[in-house]
Amino acid sequence: MPDQLEFKKLLNRTLEALLPLLAVPVAFLIGAVMLLALGANPLTAYGALITSGFGDLSGITQTLTKATPLLLVGLGVCIAFRGGIINIGGEGQILVGALATTAVAIGFRDLPGWILLPLCLIVGALGGAVWGGIPGILKARLGVNEILSTVMMNAIALQLSNYLLRGPMIDPAEIANGTRIAQSALLPRSVWLAKLVPSTLLNTGALIALVLAVLVYVFLWRTTIGYRIRAVGLNADAARYAGVRVPVYQALSLALGGAFAGLAGAIEVMGVQHRMLEGLSGGYGFSGIVVALFGALHPLGAIPASILFGGLLVGADGMQRSVQVPSSLISTLLGLVVLLVVGSKIFSTRQSRRRQTNE
Amino acid sequence: MSELFTLPVLLGIIYSGIRLATPYLYASIGETFAQNSGVYNLGVDGIMLMGAYSGFFVGMKSGNLWLGLLAAAVVGGLMGLLMAFISVTLKAEQGISGIGLQLFGLGLSSLLFKETLGSVVSISGFQPIKIPLLGDIPYLGDVLFNHNLLVYGAFLLVPIASFVLYKTTFGLKVRAAGQNPQAADSLGVNINQTRYITVTFGGAMAGIAGASLSIALINLFQENMTNGMGFIAVALVYFGGWRPWGVLGGALLFSFVNALQLWIQVKGINLPSDIAVMMPYVLTILALAFARRVRQPAALSKPFQRGEN
Repeated sequence: MPDQLEFKKLLNRTLEALLPLLAVPVAFLIGAVMLLALGANPLTAYGALITSGFGDLSGITQTLTKATPLLLVGLGVCIAFRGGIINIGGEGQILVGALATTAVAIGFRDLPGWILLPLCLIVGALGGAVWGGIPGILKARLGVNEILSTVMMNAIALQLSNYLLRGPMIDPAEIANGTRIAQSALLPRSVWLAKLVPSTLLNTGALIALVLAVLVYVFLWRTTIGYRIRAVGLNADAARYAGVRVPVYQALSLALGGAFAGLAGAIEVMGVQHRMLEGLSGGYGFSGIVVALFGALHPLGAIPASILFGGLLVGADGMQRSVQVPSSLISTLLGLVVLLVVGSKIFSTRQSRRRQTNE
Repeated sequence: MSELFTLPVLLGIIYSGIRLATPYLYASIGETFAQNSGVYNLGVDGIMLMGAYSGFFVGMKSGNLWLGLLAAAVVGGLMGLLMAFISVTLKAEQGISGIGLQLFGLGLSSLLFKETLGSVVSISGFQPIKIPLLGDIPYLGDVLFNHNLLVYGAFLLVPIASFVLYKTTFGLKVRAAGQNPQAADSLGVNINQTRYITVTFGGAMAGIAGASLSIALINLFQENMTNGMGFIAVALVYFGGWRPWGVLGGALLFSFVNALQLWIQVKGINLPSDIAVMMPYVLTILALAFARRVRQPAALSKPFQRGEN
């Protein structure tokens, strides 16, 4: 009965896609209990959360502005994960990408904009790719666990960024004023990304991220390199027998993941802050993992996921203002969402192994 | 440079190195058990934060530091239990569930801090206790034998852990669960139960590690005060080749380099402090890359399923 089999397969796939969606309501139910314990009315709190994240134009543009780096980091996590690599180095890759972009934008400020702007984006992606590529090569060549090395690379990038922003890259005006705030000079206007909605922060970076999400889908499912990356991630041994050079593709998937996080840093600098400053990565490196997971590790799934979580981050501040509950509640709930999504069946090793033998 | 390496400076570095190693030892030894049984808990940092908060809060409110320590161990153990449920029973991808646990612990400890404390306050933590006789040894006595109880406890944990892991039936079960769960299962070892015990124990130890910061070493709580120490603790388990004594070596090396960079900063040597802070992390990566490679437990991060190979 092939029809019935097909139907079953389709049903299973739909269930798999829908399961993570359950994680959010469950996490928010737990959150409601916590809110009650803190003496806040969950309905008021969540109401404020939703209205400030999605309620008006200002909220929506803020949400989409935050969704942009989340989507880019999430795409990087998707690629790496499909190659069997867990990329926790997003924070560091964002910082290095942003630093590289800033250095080039300021150093070559006299170049015409039509050269400088794309150059800055590319340099940002390259910076992230290098920062992801180092652990990638360490993994491929020396078998260094990538989870640990990317965590170390985060710490190193943070110090590097602090050092550069307090020393060589500090805004000369900060020294002249004696304020010494650790931030770079403003980027030349020629590399500022155009605004999508006037007098908001939303910029063309959001469109870049959106286009890239589609391209990543095409790359992973319609190109040979993408196919090999997925083969390595699904079953490294089988890929090796088939003649795929597993270490090369592991390193590549991590470097590519880094490139997307680096690009997120570049866009944050060129489109939102217009300069490099401390704390620019703002936890996007970790929230991006949540986005990727919630999007079922699919580049197109990451699009709605990034908008949802962008909205939650914006809404958290609104909630803090209206019911005086610290916005760290949202970070707690994000953690719960990860636990629930990962704990749900689709990510269980048993299930994926069974799927491998079936297909 | 000669100025840097005078005797008091060296003794100072050893003294602070030993203190700095304390939280790593608790967390890493706990994780050593979890990983030897085949479970990879990356959420140590989140557990440490919750341990640091609960230890501090209970210690401060009750005025009893031991009660604080107990609270930290219980909260840590509960979070370990949660991790065990997700990784052993639900068979989830362990690296990612660890990140979830980390985010959860980071968020919840910040939330509770803001709700219950509001601002950074310090308390009087565990006081140093001089060990009779040994503490009177010239120079070394003060450096090695004049610490608080949690510091001694961390170092005592190493031989105990090594003994339990290599000389007891329980330790054999733990290692069997991590090396060859199928064979161990066929001989009647309850794999899942063993893993539940080690991961819960690892959580309790991570909780104590956090409390060692908030009620014995730094004596205050602030948001994200571990600053990624839990991740280093996981790295130290790899570094130490999954053996308690190896973990001790790694923890000491990492902490001494850290103490050294602190001294460099104090001494005003012409090295930017941000670059100095980088040193231990660079060292850890190099160590992971070039240290003598020990084979990791064969079933590490693989959920156990009876009848599969």
